Amino acid sequence: MTATEARPTPQYRPTPGRRVLSFLRNTWRGLTAMRTALILLFLLALGAMPGALLPQRALNPTKTSQYITDHGWWGTLLDRLQFFDVYSSVWFSAIYLLLMVSLVGCLTPRSWEYVRSMRAKPVLTPRNLARMPHFREATLERSADDVLAGARKRLRGWRTAEREEADGARTISAERGYLRETGNLIFHFAMLGLIISFALGKMYSYDGQVIVQATGGADAQFCNSGIYAYDSFNPGLRVDGTDLDPFCVKVNDFTAQYTATGEPVHYSSNIDYQSGNDLTTGIWRPYFLEVNSPLRTAGDRVYLLNHGYSPQFTVTFPDGEVRKQAVQWVPEDTKTYLSQGAVKFDPPDVPDAAERRTKQLAITGVFAPTSFVHGGVLTSTAPVLNNPMVAVDVLRGDLGLDSGQSQSIFSVDQSMVDDGRLKRVARQNLAVGQSITLDDGTKISFDGVQQWVALQVSHDPTQDYVLVFAVAMLVGLGASLLVKRRRVWLRVRPADGDENGTVVQVGGLARTDQAGYGEEFTRLADELLTGGKRK
Amino acid sequence: MPVNETLSQYSDWSYTTATAIYVLALVFFLIEQSFGANGRRAAERTKARQLVGAGAPVEATADVPEPPVRRGRVERIGRMGAALTVLGVLLHFAALLLRGLATHRVPWGNMYEYIMAVTFIAVVTWLWAIRKFPVRHLSGFMLLPIVILMFIGGTVLYTVAAPVVPALQSYWLVIHVSAAATSSGIFLVPGVASILYMIRNAYDRNPKRFARFGSRLPEADVLDRVAYRTTVFAFPLFTFGVLCGAIWAESAWGRFWGWDPKETTAFVAWVVYAAYLHSRATAGWRGTRAAVINTLGFAVTVFNLFFVNLVTTGLHSYAGVG
Ligand code: HEM
Repeated sequence: MTATEARPTPQYRPTPGRRVLSFLRNTWRGLTAMRTALILLFLLALGAMPGALLPQRALNPTKTSQYITDHGWWGTLLDRLQFFDVYSSVWFSAIYLLLMVSLVGCLTPRSWEYVRSMRAKPVLTPRNLARMPHFREATLERSADDVLAGARKRLRGWRTAEREEADGARTISAERGYLRETGNLIFHFAMLGLIISFALGKMYSYDGQVIVQATGGADAQFCNSGIYAYDSFNPGLRVDGTDLDPFCVKVNDFTAQYTATGEPVHYSSNIDYQSGNDLTTGIWRPYFLEVNSPLRTAGDRVYLLNHGYSPQFTVTFPDGEVRKQAVQWVPEDTKTYLSQGAVKFDPPDVPDAAERRTKQLAITGVFAPTSFVHGGVLTSTAPVLNNPMVAVDVLRGDLGLDSGQSQSIFSVDQSMVDDGRLKRVARQNLAVGQSITLDDGTKISFDGVQQWVALQVSHDPTQDYVLVFAVAMLVGLGASLLVKRRRVWLRVRPADGDENGTVVQVGGLARTDQAGYGEEFTRLADELLTGGKRK
Repeated sequence: MPVNETLSQYSDWSYTTATAIYVLALVFFLIEQSFGANGRRAAERTKARQLVGAGAPVEATADVPEPPVRRGRVERIGRMGAALTVLGVLLHFAALLLRGLATHRVPWGNMYEYIMAVTFIAVVTWLWAIRKFPVRHLSGFMLLPIVILMFIGGTVLYTVAAPVVPALQSYWLVIHVSAAATSSGIFLVPGVASILYMIRNAYDRNPKRFARFGSRLPEADVLDRVAYRTTVFAFPLFTFGVLCGAIWAESAWGRFWGWDPKETTAFVAWVVYAAYLHSRATAGWRGTRAAVINTLGFAVTVFNLFFVNLVTTGLHSYAGVG
């Protein structure tokens, strides 16, 4: 600093400290400029678009990986660039974070400005009112006091200031439509609040899906006790699944209504649930669960997502042991509910693992709720349960249950079939009550059908805040776009020379969109110039 | 409840007739636009009004006396076009109403019906604009996209009257889809006005470009105001529609926002229209750039209607035809 003390600081050589400061200041100015906000808005729109065009991992992981394999290096590149996770990608987050910074930078000075303008008086009446976009003038046979009194009455609801000018003319400045700026600030602040709540929600929310039999029995119960209770579970960043809100539901039945052509018109389930104190007292409360009306309890929501069928089989082993099972099968065709799946049985009383692995049974195949058999092939013609039938393959041998690998409940391990360790021993179509007898005397009968429902449990602690902010945005937006900020001035002075009466001038200016103020001004000026009497 | 076949038949007839009448009106308007003095006169009228606005000390708000109107044949053809449009819109309304009565629900449960509703709103908005601004002779440009949409709706996307799937049975359907259809319909008007604005602006800068056509358009300022006034009305409505959609999604699908393709595209359209509103308050972006953004907004809306519904499949149940 000694050098700079010796002579005046050359303006063009700022110290490093100043340079950093001015860089920061310029960056800040640039970031909070309207043009930057505009460009960031564009980037946001552009950045969101790939999410509509490309499959997204969060929504559909299978489709996404399929897409990547189908598109070779291109798919891999897109994946590297996070195009399949757009809304959690670095670049998308960067855009909206910058936009938020810009927003804060924009809102802070505008809020001060707003407070100041709310306190300020309406501006001085312009010297030459005739210059205003709207202007009227008349000479009235009334006193200035009278005219002003009339105007005061007419301008109720406007913010006004009365002044006296040097030459004795008296003026009223009036302004209204301050709600516009109020609305604009509410809108932008609410948007800030909404984005923050949304981001927090992403961290602390979770949802999980589970299939439950709709029988009211033990297999019809689901408790929100941990991740393991779900078939699939999507936690937010801050959710580890240890601390879920406890509640239980029990599904008693499922009803679907269809049109004559088999289109579904209504799904519903009678369920019982318990949460809070009920968990200790054991009280079950009923709820009628429908599409569009989830159960809301313990801070969570339970939705009825889908339904399906579980064909029920009884296996009578040669030694007389009986095993019954009903396992959910997946609807392969959403129109006819032709479903596919597998039911697996371990033979009873075979302690030797190696021997047991030759005698395990699987019933695989398709199920048709409304059956139609043509040329021996079973199809379904409608989703409604009306003459159900199964077409099954019975497989015997090693199901691979002991291999330690996780098994799909909907199918058998194909590698076991390929290895010849699992062999088909029967193939047949069965109506309810019919049965197959295998070569070793085992009898398999198709007893009937149970229904299952797919439930989703969702948890989002911030969604109520998001709603409140969204409504505030809407209200603010309405005020900001539909209210017009406008001004009107009145100048009253005694007529010059010999003329009697008062010269009244009225001028008007809309500070926003001019269109539409003309009519209001004309009406206003008419009334001001006639002393409040309507023509 | 079963669908009333007779009413739905009448609805189809009304729809077809309305489309045909619009086509006829379109022809009338194109005649007016191409041969009429109306375009030039409208342009002059707005110019005069502007001069007054710039500060002459006269009664500035009253309309400037119109140049003596010659009720020429072309002028009459334009008026007939407007009358036909009104007739068309009445039949259009009947088609919607009869569909609703036939199916015992609001008549916007699939793409055909949705397009029917959107185009209806677009015509109504345009009729409002004609009353408010000197733009009647431009009606042909507005009816063109409407007729195209209605034709596509009535042929490729036509769906027999039927009830809707469970997820669509909610009063949020009524509110959400009405708001979405209404705002999309209104957005058609600023979309077309903005395109015409760009043409007029190019002509103003260089009268050699679009020489014959440009001179028949109203002042750029008028077109800008048509676009702004309609956008400013539709945007909060659209916001409301998206908000109701989120509320409905929360109770039907388990989350209020999930970046489903349709939601994403609605978000993009919303951001583009927000950019339009900002651009009008940004130095250097008013005028042509704002018009480009508005047109872009409408392009995204149409993209949402067609591409997202027909090509991608999201949760929105009437994605896909029928
Ligand atoms: C996060 C994205 C944003 C959205 C979606 C958004 C949306 C809007 C909307 C819809 C309006 C119209 C209201 C009106 O015209 O009065 C508006 C106005 C306005 N916004 Fe934003 N805004 C955003 C960010 C910003 C930012 C970052 C700034 C500051 C640079 C800003 C400054 C303004 C100003 C000054 C107006 C008033 C314009 C006028 O008077 O016409 N906005 N905004």
